[in-house]
Amino acid sequence: MSALIRLRSKEESKPGLPATTARLALVLAAVGLVILFLVLPLASVFVQAFAKGWQVYVAAIHTAEIIEALKLTLRVAAIAVPLNVVFGIAASWAIAHFDFIGKKLLVSLIDIPLAVSPVVAGMMYVEVFGLHGWLGPWLSDHNLHVIFAIPGIVLATIFVTFPFVARELIPFMQAQGSEEEQAAVVLGAGPASVFWRVTLPNIKWPLLYGTILAAARSIGEFGAVSVVSGHIRGLTVTMPLAVEMLYNEFNFTAAFAAASLLSLAAVITLIVKKAIELSTEYHRSKAERESN
Amino acid sequence: MTELAQKQRSWTLKQPSPLPGFGLSLGYTLLYLTAIVLIPLVAIVVRSLDGGTAAFAHAIEAPRVAAAFRVTLESALLASLLAASYGFLIAWVLARYDFPGRRIVDALIDLPFALPTAVAGISLTTLYSPNGWIGSHLEPLGIHIVFRQAGIVLAMSFVSLPFVVRSVQPVIEELDPAMEEAAISLGANDWQVFSRVLAPAALPALVTGTALAFARAAGEYGSVIFIAGNMPMKTEIAALLVVTKLEEFDYAGASAIAVAMLAISFIVMFALNLLQWKLQSRKGVRT
Repeated sequence: MSALIRLRSKEESKPGLPATTARLALVLAAVGLVILFLVLPLASVFVQAFAKGWQVYVAAIHTAEIIEALKLTLRVAAIAVPLNVVFGIAASWAIAHFDFIGKKLLVSLIDIPLAVSPVVAGMMYVEVFGLHGWLGPWLSDHNLHVIFAIPGIVLATIFVTFPFVARELIPFMQAQGSEEEQAAVVLGAGPASVFWRVTLPNIKWPLLYGTILAAARSIGEFGAVSVVSGHIRGLTVTMPLAVEMLYNEFNFTAAFAAASLLSLAAVITLIVKKAIELSTEYHRSKAERESN
Repeated sequence: MTELAQKQRSWTLKQPSPLPGFGLSLGYTLLYLTAIVLIPLVAIVVRSLDGGTAAFAHAIEAPRVAAAFRVTLESALLASLLAASYGFLIAWVLARYDFPGRRIVDALIDLPFALPTAVAGISLTTLYSPNGWIGSHLEPLGIHIVFRQAGIVLAMSFVSLPFVVRSVQPVIEELDPAMEEAAISLGANDWQVFSRVLAPAALPALVTGTALAFARAAGEYGSVIFIAGNMPMKTEIAALLVVTKLEEFDYAGASAIAVAMLAISFIVMFALNLLQWKLQSRKGVRT
């Protein structure tokens, strides 16, 4: 069995390396920890969801409550993710292609949402748009609802996924430099064709990667959405909130059935993410081989 | 002439470039950043101080709030240290060894990022409850997890594990084998190579990962509230208290706690940037 475990670096026969039994023990310990802390919680979701059989599972999912929640979740993600993609492209274009005063500050400001607790993020929007917030009186005069309504959920989702695309694109585009775009401009390409025909094909993998991470987080966001949603049945309940409400009503099978759909989305995210990593690693190593 | 051009350039906002779209892309970026992040951030800080600093201090110092902060910070510290220890082992194994299923294990590390926190919360609670898969084995040993602070620590360490692994793993992967070989040729044994050469080189990344893990754990909500039991003064975390105060229409109280949480995470991030800046400048001197 220990023969299956190799060092990842090229020279297998380096002197003085830990004995194979020690290596085996380390690998087994790490795999054991991953199973205990990560695989079991994931597996448990599906086991609980199917504990009473397929039919109960299907019946639990096929309720108006869950279908409405699913629709709302997808609708919110369909608004929040594209907005953050546009922002990510604009921010990385400005930051990677131009030098300007305050660039470093801008880059660190973009990261702020990563440091903020989701609940605090939700609270921020309550202080702007809530009845007691800055814009609250004006909004209620015009009969507009943001907090305890869908716009608030969209805003909270935008906030928590705000940096995801920008963070993938900025370092990538900075490393690539702007020679290709400059060449296109010199050759007479207009702004639109520079973007669509030079930049976009170059950044498609990191763009997709950031988009997937943002989509996964928007579908699963709980804390920030929980603060601004108000938990109004059929109106402002997203899938993660439905999981919470069903669980708190001791309807465990339905809670885990809804959770299993979210877990499936998470597993698909992990697979696509890994596939992009492997394919870009492959492209990079191919490029390196060709340049040698 | 060139000096003049240099001087002129330093006074303009941006360096000249043949590429189009500077005004549009930067303008949109600033507008969106201001609307989504900066205005709400200023709003909550200003609103929390509406009643003056004395009222703010009063809201934070209330026994129930102080207890929530103690539970939160204590649990986040324990959770990040726990995640640091097993995260380091996992990162080490993933970076150094090839074994069947390595890619699957590697992909699974990001599960806590991808899995919605509410799902993680109900799943961990079920697993560690007295009749759950794991809890039923711990209960006879007198180990209680669910509805105790141990449960909070467990949930927090679950969500913060990827921060440690993803900070440490690339650094171990890029360690120069020559350092190790030099140590071996100088007569160091395995333990000495690890403890005196490899571990110190990976330490800054481990500190970074642990600090990120701490910040995430201190702000965590979804995965914790199900397993915590939420008993005021004992197992109630700060994030939950924000929600509770909001449900009681105590906006000032909720905002004060939220701003204190904001301050904690900004302090952690600032310290982290300072550390990285220091390490970078030290590296710069050496090379």
